[in-house]
Amino acid sequence: MADLFEGYGATSRTRRRIEPWDEMFGDISSPHGSRVRAPYREIHTALAQMTQDELRGRTEALASSYLAQGVTFDFAGEERPFPLDAVPRVIPQAEWAEVESGVQQRVLALEKFLSDVYGEQRAVADGVIPARLISSSSHFHRQAAGVVSANGVRIQVSGIDLIRDEHGAWRVLEDNVRVPSGVSYVISNRRVMAQTLPELFTALRVRPVGDYPQKLLNALRAAAPAGVEDPVAVVLTPGVYNSAYFEHALLARLMGVELVEGRDLFCSGGRVYMRTTAGPSRVDVIYKRVDDEFIDPLQFRADSMLGSPGLMLAARLGNVTIANAVGNGVADDKLVYTYLPDLIRYYLSEEPILPNVDTWRLEDPGALEEVLDRLDELVVKPVDGSGGKGLVVGPDATRAELDTLAAQLRKDPRGWIAQPVVQLSTIPTLVDDGMRPRHADLRPFAVNDGNEVWVLPGGLTRVAMPEGQLVVNSSQGGGSKDTWVVGHEPLRTAYHDVGNLVEDQATVTEAITIIRPEDLERERERVRNRTRDQVVPDAPQQIQPQQQQQQDEGEQPIPPAGAARITARLDEGSEPC
Amino acid sequence: MLSRIAESLFWIGRYIERSDGTARILDVHLQLLLEDPWIEEDTACRLLLSVMGTEAPDDTEVTRTDVLEFLALDRDQPASIAFSLNAARENARRAREVVSTELWEALNTTRARMPHRVASDKVHEFFTWARERSALAIGIMESSASRDETWRFFNLGRALERADMTARLLATRSLSEASGPSWTTILRSVGAYEAYLRTYRGMPSALHAAEFLLLDRLFPRSIIYSLSRAEEYMRELEPRSDRVGVGDSAQRLLGQIRSELEYRSIADIIEDLPQHMDDVQAATSAASEAIRSRYFPANDVSQWVGERT
Repeated sequence: MADLFEGYGATSRTRRRIEPWDEMFGDISSPHGSRVRAPYREIHTALAQMTQDELRGRTEALASSYLAQGVTFDFAGEERPFPLDAVPRVIPQAEWAEVESGVQQRVLALEKFLSDVYGEQRAVADGVIPARLISSSSHFHRQAAGVVSANGVRIQVSGIDLIRDEHGAWRVLEDNVRVPSGVSYVISNRRVMAQTLPELFTALRVRPVGDYPQKLLNALRAAAPAGVEDPVAVVLTPGVYNSAYFEHALLARLMGVELVEGRDLFCSGGRVYMRTTAGPSRVDVIYKRVDDEFIDPLQFRADSMLGSPGLMLAARLGNVTIANAVGNGVADDKLVYTYLPDLIRYYLSEEPILPNVDTWRLEDPGALEEVLDRLDELVVKPVDGSGGKGLVVGPDATRAELDTLAAQLRKDPRGWIAQPVVQLSTIPTLVDDGMRPRHADLRPFAVNDGNEVWVLPGGLTRVAMPEGQLVVNSSQGGGSKDTWVVGHEPLRTAYHDVGNLVEDQATVTEAITIIRPEDLERERERVRNRTRDQVVPDAPQQIQPQQQQQQDEGEQPIPPAGAARITARLDEGSEPC
Repeated sequence: MLSRIAESLFWIGRYIERSDGTARILDVHLQLLLEDPWIEEDTACRLLLSVMGTEAPDDTEVTRTDVLEFLALDRDQPASIAFSLNAARENARRAREVVSTELWEALNTTRARMPHRVASDKVHEFFTWARERSALAIGIMESSASRDETWRFFNLGRALERADMTARLLATRSLSEASGPSWTTILRSVGAYEAYLRTYRGMPSALHAAEFLLLDRLFPRSIIYSLSRAEEYMRELEPRSDRVGVGDSAQRLLGQIRSELEYRSIADIIEDLPQHMDDVQAATSAASEAIRSRYFPANDVSQWVGERT
């Protein structure tokens, strides 16, 4: 019988010094039974009962369903279904909890950072981040200073791009807090997978992703101007020709709100209205899917026809909330990204749960020289490039390309960062040759309603289809996978265990800055020796994730440095559809 | 409801009805061209094209194949079925958050399956397919749409288009006296033959058949029925309690043409059928224009120019 996974490990990896982490198999060269990693065991068993032709048939069914639904993108003038691979990515609940708390931490830090940047700029005064860095960021907009939503939230929706390095550890690749897109594919991928490959679902408890639109709507309404009883939210789209139009329409439909274009809106007396068949109708919250530069011709690009003149004034007066807030792009700057660990410590007094990929700032003394020396082994990216735009992978580049790049780096060291080449983890993917390992990343989506940062369980897994390709790029046929967070135990037992909670809160009274596992154990010992009913009622919550992080690090060796790239952002410019 | 969305719905209704009507008219006429050996193909085809609001180049002979190409398959001809299907789908895409998923998938699939060429033995089959796809889309709306503005704008578009299409169909009767389709054929093509027989209990006569398609108050494809429906949807869109007259110009236009047909003797109408049918078409397009300026005001895109110093 022809094995579905036959020849899986036969990939030639002559150039690679380090093996990538394969998410399904512990040992890629013998893709059979015993070496299958625990989270994938049920999937592997179910898939192993299928022949390749059968799986291909299902894949075609996925594609034709997408064609009928209009989940497509333009490929050389022809409409192609959005590529979805039949093999899902599985993340066990325990591991997800870590990712989730890491993303939450990051979003909270970014929130504080952005409100600081457009407010007092304490971080600059305290010397955490240089003022020059902020003011030289191409997405820093002075026009946005002082515009604050009623509940203070700036990042209603975020997409924090993650990868797994050679040791399987999660790292943050980049932050997207402007207009992260792709969540519609998470929702539609799940729906079509359940219709087409139901047998894969039966063995596992997959956490559902259908709550997202409701969470988003709640977050939008929570951000509405004060005093509005039943806020009217709308989705602002650039129009049908935008590559993410499908997503805008899907979200508007699932939230039950209007999908408006710039020309449907008008501003009058500092308020925003939409034109309806029954005359003007008030708008309170705008979920903005248009780039900042286009939102208001009075403040930004005068030639923009995608926004509405006067929007920024209405937002400044507090009569309308624009979500995500204008000016968030400064946090997406890849040079700001390198400061994020420091910013997390500064704003939250916590250690970062998810590490960054190691990055050289070219303006640091000596860094430029080192990077120029090692250009052929590094990945170099422009700080404001989205979607892998302008990215150069050193080992794949020609001498001439590297020379041009070196000249550019010398000329504008602020404009670039450099990272070591990271082997992104691989997942089995059905390609023309059969089932083969392909590199993938993950974009989890987080929604902030002001009380809680909710992370959609799962997220969008994007796959680079060409063999060995580390850049997931739409023009090179980037695919996607349904992402499953699974667990057999009830959710989050570890978090709500009463005994732990009491201990956690009790330890807060001590001035502990860094807790090592052995310290923690000693501390617990001490706590146990005290009376058990001594509970501090209003203990700060921060300590809890910090401790969990410490425990996690105790179990897992901290991965050696080395990591990077980099997948196409789904935002502006290079979306796959 | 957003004006832009309302406009899309209005046009979805019109385009669905238009593809259906075009398929019916073509089905009858292409068959006729085959069956009747005395017909002069070039003239008949040109006349048909002109009734459908398009024109063929002067220098070549127009054949049956050309008509099929122009009015059915050519995606760039505004009078073609392919164009209508595409336009219905594009409008649905613009109003995607209001149009139900079922309707969207029906329109999207229809457009995707629209053939680029049709073998001569499959022509009738193709027209049947086009009719069935329209019926499917309309049926989905009928069975699942709330009876709100969405529904009214959609049906207003359909009613106007249907009045227009029936007027065009009747106009083809007088294309050329001898060679026009018989009344039986015309009745058949709009699915009215059985209903007609039941109503009049007898063989079709010109007078009765015209009367049925023009003035019957109960048959849903008759011009009077379609015009009355259109007026009704417009009244529902904007209920009035005024005691005097009709304020809305679209309603006024429709009311005028309806009264003109209704209170004229059928013999009179038949005498100059093409002229009356032209009047109906002119009235529907004027009404459509009035609806546009009333409900879908052109959101003129204002462009802002930076200060020059």
